[in-house]
Amino acid sequence: MEFLTQMLGADVARMVVGLIAIIALVSVNALFLIWMERKVAAHMQLRPGPMEVGWHGAVQTVADAVKLMGKELITPTDVDRPVYHLAPIVIFLPVLLSFLVIPFSQTLIIRDMNVGVLLILAFASLTVLAILMAGWASNNKYSVLGAIRSVAQTVAYEIPLLITLMSPILMVGSFSLADIVAAQERYWFVLTQPLAFILYIVCATAETNRAPFDLPEAESELVAGFHTEYSGMKFGLFFLAEYTNMFIVSALATIFFLGGWRGPFLPGIFWFLIKVYAIIFLLMWFRWTFPRVRFDQLITFAWKILIPLAFANLLITALIMKLR
Amino acid sequence: MINYFKEILVGFWSLLAGMAVTIRYFTKPIVTVQYPRQKLTMSPRYRGHTEFVIDEETRTHRCIACEMCNRICPSQLISLQGVKVDAKKKLPSRYIIAYQYCSLCGLCVEVCPTKALKWSDEYLLCGFTREDSEIDLLRRLQDQQYAKGWPLTPIPRPKPEEPAPAKGEEVKE
Amino acid sequence: MLERGLEEKTYVLNLGPQHPSTHGVLRVELEMEGEFITKADPDIGYGHRGHEHMAENRNYQQFLPNLGRVDYLHALAYNQCYCMAVEKLLGLKVPERAEFIRVITGEMNRISSHLLWLGAYLLDLGAFTPILYCFDDREHILDLLDRVTGSRLTYCYYRFGGVPQDIDEEFVAGTREFIKRLRTRFRDYDNLVTKNVIFIHRTRDVGIITQEQCLEYGLTGPMVRGSGIPYDIRRSEPYSAYPLFDFEIPIGSKGDILDRYLVRVKEMEQSLRIIEQALNKLPEGPIMAEKVPKRIKPAEGEVYAAVEAARGEFGCYVVSQGEVKPYRIKLRVPSFANLSILPELSVDTLVADLVAILGSIDVVVPEIDR
Ligand code: SF4
Ligand code: SF4
Repeated sequence: MEFLTQMLGADVARMVVGLIAIIALVSVNALFLIWMERKVAAHMQLRPGPMEVGWHGAVQTVADAVKLMGKELITPTDVDRPVYHLAPIVIFLPVLLSFLVIPFSQTLIIRDMNVGVLLILAFASLTVLAILMAGWASNNKYSVLGAIRSVAQTVAYEIPLLITLMSPILMVGSFSLADIVAAQERYWFVLTQPLAFILYIVCATAETNRAPFDLPEAESELVAGFHTEYSGMKFGLFFLAEYTNMFIVSALATIFFLGGWRGPFLPGIFWFLIKVYAIIFLLMWFRWTFPRVRFDQLITFAWKILIPLAFANLLITALIMKLR
Repeated sequence: MINYFKEILVGFWSLLAGMAVTIRYFTKPIVTVQYPRQKLTMSPRYRGHTEFVIDEETRTHRCIACEMCNRICPSQLISLQGVKVDAKKKLPSRYIIAYQYCSLCGLCVEVCPTKALKWSDEYLLCGFTREDSEIDLLRRLQDQQYAKGWPLTPIPRPKPEEPAPAKGEEVKE
Repeated sequence: MLERGLEEKTYVLNLGPQHPSTHGVLRVELEMEGEFITKADPDIGYGHRGHEHMAENRNYQQFLPNLGRVDYLHALAYNQCYCMAVEKLLGLKVPERAEFIRVITGEMNRISSHLLWLGAYLLDLGAFTPILYCFDDREHILDLLDRVTGSRLTYCYYRFGGVPQDIDEEFVAGTREFIKRLRTRFRDYDNLVTKNVIFIHRTRDVGIITQEQCLEYGLTGPMVRGSGIPYDIRRSEPYSAYPLFDFEIPIGSKGDILDRYLVRVKEMEQSLRIIEQALNKLPEGPIMAEKVPKRIKPAEGEVYAAVEAARGEFGCYVVSQGEVKPYRIKLRVPSFANLSILPELSVDTLVADLVAILGSIDVVVPEIDR
């Protein structure tokens, strides 16, 4: 009995410390990513990007965040108040929780669950709920359109996302992220599952609502989409969630296909972060290169190309696993 | 079926080609100018607002207050007053352009019979009030002369409202 | 608004006047079912400045700066058209060198206009990077034109009877260099945009204009050429020095957005060819006609002059009653006619398509409102 409470205590303490660390990581990561995004975009467009605040504008995003926090929270008159206020929180919390199961290194994992993947994916699907809430509650026509698009998009993309992830899972035989990393001791899964990797990256881009799949917030069509009516830190939370989401999908890609924290010389955490940011760079690279796809084309693309290919990949993997 | 895969591959390839372009530019040096720290020089014909040409010989302007520029200006923005300094000669006592109305068409510069006007290379033209954009060319000329250490061109006083004969003669002296 | 919309089962969306992709102050009222548009109604007039009325209160020269502000993207063509009209009235003969300079600068301006369109259009489609490459190239044109005309956007350079200032060696050398540079850049645009699947899927078979529609609506410029009608004023009613140059008129086949896009891109290449030829053949001589009267007071009469502007046929109709001020000046602007087809094109399309179609029309809203 005593043993059990002690264990529980340690576990709870671990959770609390972990959550605090996560919040810190999330904020720092978002600030860094926004700066990185601006720099990447700028250099691709032959301009320097932020240069004034700090070394090459490194503290610019901190200044922006402070500005956002200091801003007045404007609530438009005809919004559906409870839902309107709830949406930014709903989008942000699940994102935080997803960090619980990510193995940053061999030991740096808050809670290794045997259904880690499912947890992350389940939380990720909550995002769409928040977007729907935000879009509907804003009582703005552009927002509603953005919300509608977002729902349709997510429905179309969650399926191939899951199916593509099934192939590595099948190879490992476990839903636990730590196990999946452990299984890549000899080679990374990107070598045996290149198609799954590509499909996953495409789905991940869509999942995070980033260009070329940024339909819910398509600037040139829907002004700002679902967060048109949000200001100040509420808008900030949407922003934070977007960039944290990016981190999570990239972390998943790293864990599933790039061997997680594995790598020579450096400690695991460094390898993990290097790989994650490399994937994030890839996502940014997409955003600053491609035009936006059209709404119906996106759905067609998902159902006609992504899902068949993902299924084919899964089938072949299953076949090979069976034969071996 | 073959078409289906071909389309996917061609599409995929085109996306890669696009990404190759952006990554190539990513490594290129930037082309923009960091404005307050670096500045460009204006091209020789750059049209700022108008200003007086300073004649190298006489070290003053050449305007004879003929009002040609005033008349041709599409926006009628030149407020010009001439004073007869002697029997033949007339000099401007007031030449103010309301720059906010200027369309930089160049008609005033071209029409001037003595070629007294030219374009300045001023491009920092911002102000807080409407009056800030009113430019007094005669004062500007004096500033330029002062900077070069040349004698300043006095701004002749316009005639008072009721021209008293005695004062009129004074001017003529 | 929302509730009423639900009752009527249509969703009324007000696109603009401050919408990122209406390019200025255009408002389009959309009636939609879901995301499908059932009716689009462009509402113009937000930028009305009364240029035509201004003309009646000014003498002939004083109207010159206004022309640069009707369509600020291809201002030199508008300058040229008005000058041509008044020159016709006055019976002036423009010296050859001046005509060449007009062609060179006008074509440069056309390229800059098309480049801006290209970038802004890709921005409408959600690609953020091409516009900055386009602006990088356009910047070179602006620098070159700045050397000659003194302005960077709202040019007021041509005068009745010629041009007021000559071009110099540096301009010629710089232009040659620019031609070389832009030709290499086209390859990048090709890879980045033209061949991109997403771009092709967004533009192919969208917003198709048939040849009959072109005639019905009086479309001009790349709109009509995209549908396969080789109508270009530079060829059909040659003016200035254009008959001396060898260039093609690119046309499309289907009349969809992709065709219009390709026509514009190819037009830039043709413009480069024209500039190259003009630079090679550039004659010496005066740049201003002799005997240009100081006071422009044409005899009674009316003239119409038209030029091929970047967006289509720009016409200038001048009525003179033998006074120093024109009696009436009517500006025929291409964007107005081109925009009028939008309601028909946008029925049964998505909002995303509407943005794509609107962009492909290449409207300059101040030009419509005048
Ligand atoms: S440039 Fe044109 S608008 Fe400006 S002052 Fe001269 S004539 Fe008037
Ligand atoms: S036209 Fe020339 S000389 Fe005459 S008033 Fe104007 S600036 Fe002076």
